[in-house]
Amino acid sequence: MSETITFTIDGVKVQGAGGQTILQAAQDAGVYIPRLCAKEELSPFGSCRVCTVLVDGRPQTACTYPIAEDMIVESDSEQVAAIRRDIIDMLFVEGNHYCMFCETSGDCELQALAYRFGITAPKFPYMFPKREIDMSHPEIFIDRDRCILCARCVRASRDLDEKAVFQFVGRGPDKRIAVNAESRLVDTNIDVTDEAISICPVGALIRKKGSYAVPYGQRKYDHEPIGSDIEKARKAE
Amino acid sequence: MSKNLKQAVTDICQGCDNDRNRLMDIVEAVQSQFGCVSGEALDLIAGAVSTTRVEVESVVSFYAFLSIRPKGEVVIRLCDDVIDEMKGSDEVAEAFRGELGIEFGQTTPDGKITLERTPCIGMCDQAPAALINDVVITYLGADQARHIVRSLREHMDPGKLVSRRGDGNNADDLVGAMVHNNIRQAGDVVLADMARGAGIRKAIVMTPVEVIRDVKTARLRGRGGAGFPTGMKWEFTRGAGGDKRYVLCNADEGEPGTFKDRVILTEQPDTLFEGMTIAGYAIGSDAGILYLRGEYAYLRPFLENVLSERRENGLLGENICGKDGFDFDIRIQMGAGAYICGEETALISSCEGRRGDPMTRPPFPAQKGYLAKPTCVNNVETYCCAARILEMGPGWFAQMGSQGSPGTKLLSVSGDCHKPGVYEVPFGIKLSKVLELCGAEAPIAVQVGGPSGQMVGPGEFERTICYDDLATGGSLMVFGPKRDPMKIASKFMEFFVEESCGYCTPCRVGNVLLKERLDKIIAGKGDPEDLEYLQDLGETVKFASRCGLGQTSANPVLSTLKNFMPCYEALIKAPQGALRQSFDIQAALSSAKAIAGHASTHYQE
Ligand SMILES: Cc1cc2nc3c(=O)[nH]c(=O)nc-3n(C[C@H](O)[C@H](O)[C@H](O)COP(=O)(O)O)c2cc1C
Ligand code: SF4
Ligand code: SF4
Ligand code: FES
Ligand code: FES
Repeated sequence: MSETITFTIDGVKVQGAGGQTILQAAQDAGVYIPRLCAKEELSPFGSCRVCTVLVDGRPQTACTYPIAEDMIVESDSEQVAAIRRDIIDMLFVEGNHYCMFCETSGDCELQALAYRFGITAPKFPYMFPKREIDMSHPEIFIDRDRCILCARCVRASRDLDEKAVFQFVGRGPDKRIAVNAESRLVDTNIDVTDEAISICPVGALIRKKGSYAVPYGQRKYDHEPIGSDIEKARKAE
Repeated sequence: MSKNLKQAVTDICQGCDNDRNRLMDIVEAVQSQFGCVSGEALDLIAGAVSTTRVEVESVVSFYAFLSIRPKGEVVIRLCDDVIDEMKGSDEVAEAFRGELGIEFGQTTPDGKITLERTPCIGMCDQAPAALINDVVITYLGADQARHIVRSLREHMDPGKLVSRRGDGNNADDLVGAMVHNNIRQAGDVVLADMARGAGIRKAIVMTPVEVIRDVKTARLRGRGGAGFPTGMKWEFTRGAGGDKRYVLCNADEGEPGTFKDRVILTEQPDTLFEGMTIAGYAIGSDAGILYLRGEYAYLRPFLENVLSERRENGLLGENICGKDGFDFDIRIQMGAGAYICGEETALISSCEGRRGDPMTRPPFPAQKGYLAKPTCVNNVETYCCAARILEMGPGWFAQMGSQGSPGTKLLSVSGDCHKPGVYEVPFGIKLSKVLELCGAEAPIAVQVGGPSGQMVGPGEFERTICYDDLATGGSLMVFGPKRDPMKIASKFMEFFVEESCGYCTPCRVGNVLLKERLDKIIAGKGDPEDLEYLQDLGETVKFASRCGLGQTSANPVLSTLKNFMPCYEALIKAPQGALRQSFDIQAALSSAKAIAGHASTHYQE
């Protein structure tokens, strides 16, 4: 048994286990901290910064920061929310997100987060980047327009599928997702059933068959905001 | 060619023990032999070091000096940073383009010469400057640029372009550079004579814990920018446990306007290696790495030679100075054109043969650094100070400088002044005094600490240079009456956009957005609300970024908003009637006008 650690999040005392991150411990206690790059089955990455919280007054990412005794975490404040809105806005304007006809609409974590934060249009100007689409594979395609560079596919392909099909190339604003081949996905050993595809939070990795199969009203985030499942667990207690 | 490539890559990889962690050495060697790391090379390297092709591609595509597509036999990299621009790099750029008949980013049709731009190469005191392969050319002019191209066309040997050699060790055959030291003021600590081994001999009669105590008593703080207490860092690293620890020296010196480490590496390499060796003794490490920025490759043969002399003198290797069991050696790791690699955890990533992405903290390098072992990373100047503290005693050191900031500081002074160069000054010196020393005439602004630092105006010239007031890693750029603070800020933002590693959202995207809005204002299209927009956006980037780059990259905007607001106000006009400054009504109406066949009755031109 790992030791029990008591800390405070938004004024409420919660307990977690030694070695847990703030995000995990908060989630177990029914507190939802918004996140995009983090995913339970993957190692923490800390790139999107949506999970930023204040730890004893200093900004840290909840998905990477280990809990400690008596730590004071602030997540649900106007200051933190404003930062998160800015980051979500940035992810929208950095790519080309045509939600209205995107296959992932309604199931997309970025879109769902924007709704949760009440964002209907970004406040930053669109950058309209030119990004390559890879349709080479018969069953999967990569639409880099919608990629938010979260590295979920990188980690999942490496650690869950044990293939390492994806990695980033370039740096700064030119950074983009690439595949382990000269350039085309079809030349890799990816499979349509790979975890790396389903784990993409947005519509950047898509299975070609079966798109738009779920009608409006039945999609993942059609009725409740993202994070509601976690919060319900607290209310039920 | 292909067969040659295969053999050469195999040899290079074998020379590095087919070790994935030495990928930087491997790709740098391939790049220099073949002018690129081609797709075929990526596959060969991946096979040899047992990784994937895309992993190798990921590394190669990160560094500005490496490329997948072929470059010319000779690459001309002209510095077009702020200081060089002030000193006339535009004309030099024009001359290179004209003479070569190509644009920046292109290679001549015969595949011989590539022309590129590069941020600060650490030669701001002798700008405009360029790198031609590894060769540094200083005090460039348009005529000289044309002459360089003509000579290169004849012999393709950049080494032959060094017409005269600089002073001090720059004239040494192993350096052979036209670089000048421009030491304007030497102090008692760093730019002072020190006998080889004088610090180590004092250290080894003490216990490692006593050595650390001396560094703490001297109250030495890091000279690389962050100012962390050095003794504490050494203590943490020593106390972190485990069987292996590392001593890393940060000689990436990428902050524009900084070049003092270049001068230390040229004139006081022994003091530096002495300090690293003492750190090795203190923290219990037998291996050190000097991470040298790619721009300073011209110093490598000279530094390697100093290292081998020290081995011969028993100051490196096994049982150093006859002390049983005190083993320590140093290797040089070359960088390849990435400012972010000066950030200590990115530097470690790069040493491990990976992209220069910073790492997640905690854990800190002192707990888990190079190859996941406890690692102490210090700046070049910090190690020099440590060596001198051991040689001369902590009391000697602590009585120099100011109360909270003991010792001296090397300043790299450049820009609009008569005597640009390196000044070793006691901490606590007033900025106005430095401006007087360097012969700055009526400066309107000084950038303290490089783009990541702050821009201050004349109202603040009486402030002092120390950790508690105007902190700086050493860069001081002086701007005279003809300069425009906002254009300088925009140039700095361009630097951060290019140098962001791209890992985290606020820095990757936020810097682009900051620059967009700043440029909009500079173009005279600013709206009043843009000021608040810039302030808020700058604070978000600072607040939420993952590493020191993003946490300071908004400073050009934030510090000019704070100290040079009149410049902004002069450009921002209140909306005229119902329309914003940024809205071009005639452009918006142009297609309607074309269809209607006449001008708008409401909005006349
Ligand atoms: C973007 C960035 C670039 C940096 N570049 C350098 C550098 O070139 N040299 C340096 O010594 N420190 C640099 N630093 C600071 C290092 O991260 C680190 O604090 C320093 O090397 C520690 O050494 P010190 O304690 O001796 O100063 C940089 C930091 C950041 C965030
Ligand atoms: S493709 Fe999807 S999972 Fe991969 S980095 Fe882009 S957004 Fe993340
Ligand atoms: S702040 Fe910038 S340089 Fe640092 S990790 Fe984020 S993107 Fe990279
Ligand atoms: S979820 Fe923590 S940084 Fe992305
Ligand atoms: S050498 Fe060009 S700015 Fe430093």
